[in-house]
Amino acid sequence: MDKNLQTIVQKLEKEYGATVSEARGEVSVTVPAEKVVAACELVQGHGFELMSTMTAVDYWPQENPRFHVVYQFTSVSQNLRLEMRVPVAGTNPSLPTISHIYRNANWRERELWDMFGIRFEGHPDPRRLLLPADWEGHPLRKDYPLGYEEPQFTFNYEEIDLRKPYAKE
Amino acid sequence: MGVEEKLANMGVVTTTLEKAVAWSREKAMWPMLFGLACCAIEMMAAQASHYDMSRFGMELMRPSPRQSDLMIVAGRVSRKMAPVLRRLYDQMPEPKWVIAMGDCASCGGVFNNYAILQGVDEVVPVDVYVAGCPPRPEALIDGIVTLYEKVRGMKFAPEKK
Repeated sequence: MDKNLQTIVQKLEKEYGATVSEARGEVSVTVPAEKVVAACELVQGHGFELMSTMTAVDYWPQENPRFHVVYQFTSVSQNLRLEMRVPVAGTNPSLPTISHIYRNANWRERELWDMFGIRFEGHPDPRRLLLPADWEGHPLRKDYPLGYEEPQFTFNYEEIDLRKPYAKE
Repeated sequence: MGVEEKLANMGVVTTTLEKAVAWSREKAMWPMLFGLACCAIEMMAAQASHYDMSRFGMELMRPSPRQSDLMIVAGRVSRKMAPVLRRLYDQMPEPKWVIAMGDCASCGGVFNNYAILQGVDEVVPVDVYVAGCPPRPEALIDGIVTLYEKVRGMKFAPEKK
């Protein structure tokens, strides 16, 4: 592990109860949900100027924690990368926002609300990002139906044709 | 040696009003620009000099629905785009036609999922479906010529319903 990275990882371990894992030089820290804002501030204070991405993983049917929210930080000046994972419970999932620390988290958090239904407390504009405003459900959840439609072949052509919702003039 | 030929020699053409109207509709059909995905590239190729759709009176792609007769839906329509598509269709003046270009616009194509409309005929009435992924420019032109045959046989506007 890089020396600079080591100091910040040790701080995260000591002050925020983070657990650290490393695979092929990629460092990942798991931080509890209530410490996420302070941890992000600490990470930014140590020269990680960029939050390169933020996403989530659904571990359904596992319920607690059901989601992992994954933050990827990059330090351009020190050529370092750091992954931060935050476990979130399945019922009424929510996290504090970090959009005041990293500005690009604004849309990322909206996307996570849109796709996974994870609420970000204190977000300045908590609307859906990609889907229509009246959409029901959160499609990247593992228990969301795929919306599959049966293909039309010669043997079932008419049967499907009858119930297809054709548009009126 | 009918009366038409004699009149033609005199520089006069006889026809019915209905035929004349259908002819004028057919020979200057202005499509609306509605490229949504990769099919739009083939649509552009069909208009460019190599395939030259202006041979069929379609050289003008209108950026405004108010000025267009034909909507070529080229590409997949997401459920978020569907109300926009319907609104543009409603803004087009009568008579109007729709070509669903490609598999995605016709039936959803390979995108059999929650986000993509399973055929644009759920939102607007489609006159001609062009198969292919994407269809070659020849296929699109063939679809347009098929539509012309339909237009040629059309009675006056109210009967379209």
